[in-house]
Amino acid sequence: MKRKLVDIAHARSGDKGDRCDLGLFAPDAATYAVLKREVTPARLARHFAGMASGPVELYPLDNLLALKIVLNGALSGGAARSLRSDNLGKCAAAALLRMEIDI
Amino acid sequence: MKTVRVGAGLGFYGDSWKPVAASIERGGVQYIGSDHLAELTLAILQKDRQRDPAAGYTRDLVPMLTALWPLAQKHGVKFLLNAGGLNPEGARDALVAEFAKRGWKARIATVTGDAVIDRIDALRAAGEPLAHLDSGASIDTVRERMLFANAYLGAQPLVRALEAGADIVLTGRVADAALFLAPLIHEFGWAADDWNRLAQGLTVGHLLECSGQGSGGNFNSYLENGWESVPDLGHIGYPIAEVSPDGTAVITKAPGSGGRVDFDTVRQQLLYEVHNPHAYYSPDVVLDMGTLRLEDLGSDRVRVSGATGRPRPEKLKIVAGYDDGWAGTATIGYSWPGAMKKARATEALIRQQLAEAKLAYDEIHTEFLGFNSLLGPLADDSKLDDLNEVYLKMSVRAKDRRLVEAFPRQFPWLALSGPPTASGFSGIEAPRQLLGLWPTLVKHELIEPEVKVSLQETA
Repeated sequence: MKRKLVDIAHARSGDKGDRCDLGLFAPDAATYAVLKREVTPARLARHFAGMASGPVELYPLDNLLALKIVLNGALSGGAARSLRSDNLGKCAAAALLRMEIDI
Repeated sequence: MKTVRVGAGLGFYGDSWKPVAASIERGGVQYIGSDHLAELTLAILQKDRQRDPAAGYTRDLVPMLTALWPLAQKHGVKFLLNAGGLNPEGARDALVAEFAKRGWKARIATVTGDAVIDRIDALRAAGEPLAHLDSGASIDTVRERMLFANAYLGAQPLVRALEAGADIVLTGRVADAALFLAPLIHEFGWAADDWNRLAQGLTVGHLLECSGQGSGGNFNSYLENGWESVPDLGHIGYPIAEVSPDGTAVITKAPGSGGRVDFDTVRQQLLYEVHNPHAYYSPDVVLDMGTLRLEDLGSDRVRVSGATGRPRPEKLKIVAGYDDGWAGTATIGYSWPGAMKKARATEALIRQQLAEAKLAYDEIHTEFLGFNSLLGPLADDSKLDDLNEVYLKMSVRAKDRRLVEAFPRQFPWLALSGPPTASGFSGIEAPRQLLGLWPTLVKHELIEPEVKVSLQETA
């Protein structure tokens, strides 16, 4: 069965230079196991292909039932020089929650 | 057992201090740490200082402390604020003048030495290449265009200010979390190599440095108990930490305030703007979040324990900002029917005008407000045929300010001679200066001897 992340998890994103970083949070251990299995660096790279020019980093945190995701080269050179309305990458977490995964 | 209560001040230049009053009045805080400096803010302050040498600190400092000081004095609360920006001494002078006018007594400390814009050549002569941290590029590529350069100082100079008896500590650039870590080191006497305790203190600082984002604000969840269920955001309580001598902390907020402190709101903030959670760098300690425990105690209380600390990094981080040209923006709206089709046609017309007028920009960026300005390439483009309205927003970047000024002038003719229903044009604001950021590293030994702490008492 396919589900959108917005229906099973929550997320927040922010910026540091030209990197956009996201935390993805599961409500329980079972959902966390699914996120760990499905939300892979390769899958994230495809999802954010139009936004991130650099590699995707992923850090699972079992103690927080959370995945830390870093998108390199994702903010058009950084908030202070970017022409984008969302120059701080605050909405990247919403874009992540649109991802559809198999559960 | 003695606990120390530290509370969140502002999370950025322009944030609200109303919740800080609640933390002082009802939250039992002893210290407020207030973060006024985002990466961008020093650029704004640099422009202020170019106009007026006495400026260069964040202007919210004086009204904020004027509003809060009588309450703070009554409750014995001390402040640590990085509102000094590029001019901590100027900030102090302005505050001293205001307090003197009101006959208020306070001991105000400044921490300086973070600004290295005038020491770039000396630092290079001392063996620091100051190359770009990520790309490795030489600083020569931006040296002439540099507007500011500041090292992120750690908690120790702030501790010295508290030890000297300061009620208010004004700093320039320091690691945000140092504003909260310093009172804990001061109160508990933690050693400079007590890595696990320092890591706990750093965790506390990180949870408090973004004001309401640590207590249910900007809570990006659409599940049960998602953002809509967070109570009374209009009276949000900023996060408060009750810290024990071993560093274990309970995150909470003022009784009767809005917002929510629970496992979810705390962990969203914990990972915010963190890169590798197993190596979260600060000037004082490197934190591994992989061993942290968050226990939801209910009633807006979350216990935080188990941080692992490793020795502080060998070098301090500097972030310099340099002039990176100019940007200009114009927007124009279209209504149903065919709003999107008309906006796209207008974009094509503008690009044609630019090409014919030989106006060449370094970048042209197009967004459609109401469709993709926030989600960019990840916006859903399957429902565009029947929009009520959409705005075309075009932005350009160029080194030459005049070229940017010419951009919005390509639009007005569209009102009567372009696609139908054009409305709501705007584009007359002055071009804004863009800023490139230059992160780099420097040895502690080259910065720390220049760091000065001084104390002044108001008359």
